[in-house]
Amino acid sequence: MIARLTDGVPPRALVLLAALLIVFLMLPIFVGDYLLTVLILILYFGYAGLAWNIMMGFAGQLSLGHALYVGLGAYTAAALYVHFGISPWLGLAVAVVLAVIAGAFVGFLAFRFRIAGVYFAILTIAVAEFARVGFDHLGWTRGSAGLFLPVAQYAHNDLWYLRGHPVMFYYVLLVAIVLAFVGSRLLLQSRLGYFWLAIREDEEAARSAGIDTFHYKMLAVVISAGMTSFAGVIFAFYYNNLFPEQVFNISQSILIILGPFIGGVGTLFGPLLGAFLLEFVAEGLRTLLEWLRIDLPGSNQIFFGIVLLLVVVAMPEGVWPWLARRLGLSERNQ
Amino acid sequence: MKHMSQAKAARVTRRSFSAGLSAAGVVAGTAPFNIVRAQGAALKVGVLLPRSGVQAGIGQDCQRGVDITNGILKELGMPALDIINADTETKVEVARSRAEKLISDGAQLLVGAFDSGQSTAIAQVAEQKGVPFVINIAAAPPITEQGYKFVFRNFPTAAMILGDAFANQKELFEVSGYTPKSAVFLHVNDTFGTAMAGGINAVMPKFNMPYKIVETIAYDPAARDLSVEISKAKATGADALLMVSRLNDAILLTRELVKQRWSPNAILSMGPGWYEDQYLKTLGKLSDGPVSFVPWYDPNKPLSKKLEAALAKAHPGVNLNTNHVYTFEALLVASDAFKRAGSGNPAALADAIRKTNITNNVSPGPGIQFDAKGQNDKLKNSAIQNRGGKLVTLAPKVAANAKPELPMKPYDKRG
Amino acid sequence: MQLDIFLNVAVGGILTGLVYGLMALGLSVIFGVVRVVNFAHGEMMTMAMYAAITLFAAFHLDPLVMLIPIATAMFALGYLLQVGLINSFITRPEHSQFLLLIAIAIIIVNALLIVFGPDAQNVQVAYAFDSFKIGPLIVDATKVYAAGAALVVAALLFAFFQYTAIGTAIRACADNYAGALVVGLDVHRLYALTFGLGCACVGAAGCMLLLLFDVTPVVGPAYTLLAFVIVITGGMGSMPGALLGGILVGLTEAIAGLLFTPSAKSMFAFAILVVMLLFRPQGILGKRTT
Repeated sequence: MIARLTDGVPPRALVLLAALLIVFLMLPIFVGDYLLTVLILILYFGYAGLAWNIMMGFAGQLSLGHALYVGLGAYTAAALYVHFGISPWLGLAVAVVLAVIAGAFVGFLAFRFRIAGVYFAILTIAVAEFARVGFDHLGWTRGSAGLFLPVAQYAHNDLWYLRGHPVMFYYVLLVAIVLAFVGSRLLLQSRLGYFWLAIREDEEAARSAGIDTFHYKMLAVVISAGMTSFAGVIFAFYYNNLFPEQVFNISQSILIILGPFIGGVGTLFGPLLGAFLLEFVAEGLRTLLEWLRIDLPGSNQIFFGIVLLLVVVAMPEGVWPWLARRLGLSERNQ
Repeated sequence: MKHMSQAKAARVTRRSFSAGLSAAGVVAGTAPFNIVRAQGAALKVGVLLPRSGVQAGIGQDCQRGVDITNGILKELGMPALDIINADTETKVEVARSRAEKLISDGAQLLVGAFDSGQSTAIAQVAEQKGVPFVINIAAAPPITEQGYKFVFRNFPTAAMILGDAFANQKELFEVSGYTPKSAVFLHVNDTFGTAMAGGINAVMPKFNMPYKIVETIAYDPAARDLSVEISKAKATGADALLMVSRLNDAILLTRELVKQRWSPNAILSMGPGWYEDQYLKTLGKLSDGPVSFVPWYDPNKPLSKKLEAALAKAHPGVNLNTNHVYTFEALLVASDAFKRAGSGNPAALADAIRKTNITNNVSPGPGIQFDAKGQNDKLKNSAIQNRGGKLVTLAPKVAANAKPELPMKPYDKRG
Repeated sequence: MQLDIFLNVAVGGILTGLVYGLMALGLSVIFGVVRVVNFAHGEMMTMAMYAAITLFAAFHLDPLVMLIPIATAMFALGYLLQVGLINSFITRPEHSQFLLLIAIAIIIVNALLIVFGPDAQNVQVAYAFDSFKIGPLIVDATKVYAAGAALVVAALLFAFFQYTAIGTAIRACADNYAGALVVGLDVHRLYALTFGLGCACVGAAGCMLLLLFDVTPVVGPAYTLLAFVIVITGGMGSMPGALLGGILVGLTEAIAGLLFTPSAKSMFAFAILVVMLLFRPQGILGKRTT
């Protein structure tokens, strides 16, 4: 399995990856709580971006409504905890099932009826919005009044109930990212991965070669949906309050896709690099403006938009492919 | 609460650990200037408000209250505050990271954040760090139900607003001689609106109100077009319109009322919108009449007059409202606690805040004080009415400066 | 439910829907021809609305009159945007286009926030509170004027595409890109023209909508989504389809709000969208693309 994982990857890349992992493992010891919060956001969006990437990068379906799965994951685990005291890990199991069903629903609608490209994207937005308004009226999760989780003190870290210091969330997300990363790589190198590649490159040709494109596209969608719901569970237990307006919002969906877009859609490392760059730029801009004593609300978002613009114009494939070429890390078979 | 002593012990351990690290200069919290906390230095207060994003309007309005605070504190002979402004961008993630940044930059107390979701995120950070957090505006009850020791709220909960609303309404009906027999309840389907709607079912029966709610209509906060809602309301033929809305909706709804030619005998609003400057300016003569039952200020208190004057000087044409008052009072609490504690140490500050008893304040009621949960449960909510582009207080009696004009003059008779 | 309430609500829904339709028309034109997904559609309309407010404050001219200069300005803006920036993105994958326009949208929204502030603004025209009483119907005057203007602009646009040489050339580009090149049409110039026209449309729609609703810097995204729903429902690339889609959405939202709880009425628009995508993805009047 290790051979399959590392096949085609230059040894330099492996060394860098290992070094990166070690750095991330050690970071919490050195950084203050503020930077820890920023790092957690990076890991969160890195993970969500990786999960999203499976649908887009691997199966070529642009989902602009991934907040649906985040929201389902968040609300399921949170509601089960609030009403029945069930651990988020058990809640996660239920959440994944629900997210998979939702994903299957979206996938079925889209693929059975040949909806693709922009139309598919709009469909995903519509379904997420539908869920948002729906949850606004759902009494069991307190509707638009918001679902609040009872917060215990941070005295000790309770992994089973995800109650504790942010450091715990950091490591949980780090483990999740590593698993997702390795898992994606395994999938890509498997038969499934090759079918996905074929479908992404030319669906007609793939179908005529006898590949059941419907089946494999559905797999991509439900795997992506299920993985994303975990991000939702973390969101719920980290922020301890949920509002449909916030969790299912289209801006959440957009935040999730920005990482892969900037980093490089379809690449494995792209979403992670993208999430890091985006948070880095966002926080950096805020700090810079603070330091320059510029107190103009909305200004840091304008600069952020400009940076996005520059990246998309100058680096159409994303930052990671550009960086990889510079560092001599490109895979031989990509 | 068994966790408390454990928590304290653990917190001390972790804090001294980071203190040790920072002594070694390893902690990487970027502060461009060295913070030398000498005795006698002003209290560093971090103010978190949604100054951009969807709630920018309200956030920037609250900011006006922040900007005039130090001037008034000086007049009162109270310690000035070193205020650091932060923008939560109406996002929970940003609220949390900004709170962390403020604390790592040396903020000894936090104030904010208008929105319940963002306030909850900030509250968790504040509680974990042992830094007092004084909430200016956020009505969701759960925030002060979590057993926090460092979170304080000088703002009524939805239940308090409702209870006072009903009590005040009865007073008004008596004084004006007009009592509606039926009402249609129109509310926005967001956090505040839903909380109020839920509260009404719980609270109203206790007051034996003279009117019955014949229909409840909930509408989408993002709604652009409210003609359908007004059509439905008009169809009920109710005497009064009971409202929970926001500013934009209030203007839209009033226009629809005029266009669809329905003038309810009374508009009783239990939320923002119907008294705000934008509403009065936009609708002119058509803005008179609605009565709002909201957390407000006591116009008869001397500090209120000072606050009004300061605001008029800094922002002429802007009426003093809830956003300014409660944001100011949160900062007042901070200054007062700093004075009594004699030090900026967060634990000492929190202790001082718990013993707060400010009688020379702005909001109605006996003054600013906090119960065991950190909630000011003595706040009184007022009834105000729009009159000639200004706002007059009708109730409670001790804070009143005018008599109610009910029933409302019909829209088509206003020239 | 009494008939007159029903009728009132229905008529209001149809009139508002016509204005929504004009807004969606701009999107339809752009996507139908240039094949760019304009995610900044709502934000451009917001810009036009603010322009109308500024001009109204300065000159006190009715937005329906200022429609002409504003639409012209938006046309120029769209043309320049297409030529300068978007042209290079036509051949790029869709997600690149999204990202570009999302970035533009973010910049526009926050620039508007800084310049105009967050408070809601509107124009106070003399007839803002008028309504016509026709039998049992009470019809909002501003809606009638706005809807009327929408019909006029749509008709003009339709005439342009149907009866002028340039219009026909643009339609040719849309139907068959390669063929258009072969025949010698200056496709890039035509694309720029089309994008300009689409923006002019949305600018005009903005002036009309300002009569009906207030504007804040953040209203854009909701309108973008609405425009997409309408265009897909009515038929991508079909102008009557956009208007029809607008009416359908406006009507459905109104009636659904009346019969069910109004706060859930946007769910119906999305339900229509999903049903459309399933059973007739080209929309009501759209052409089936190969």
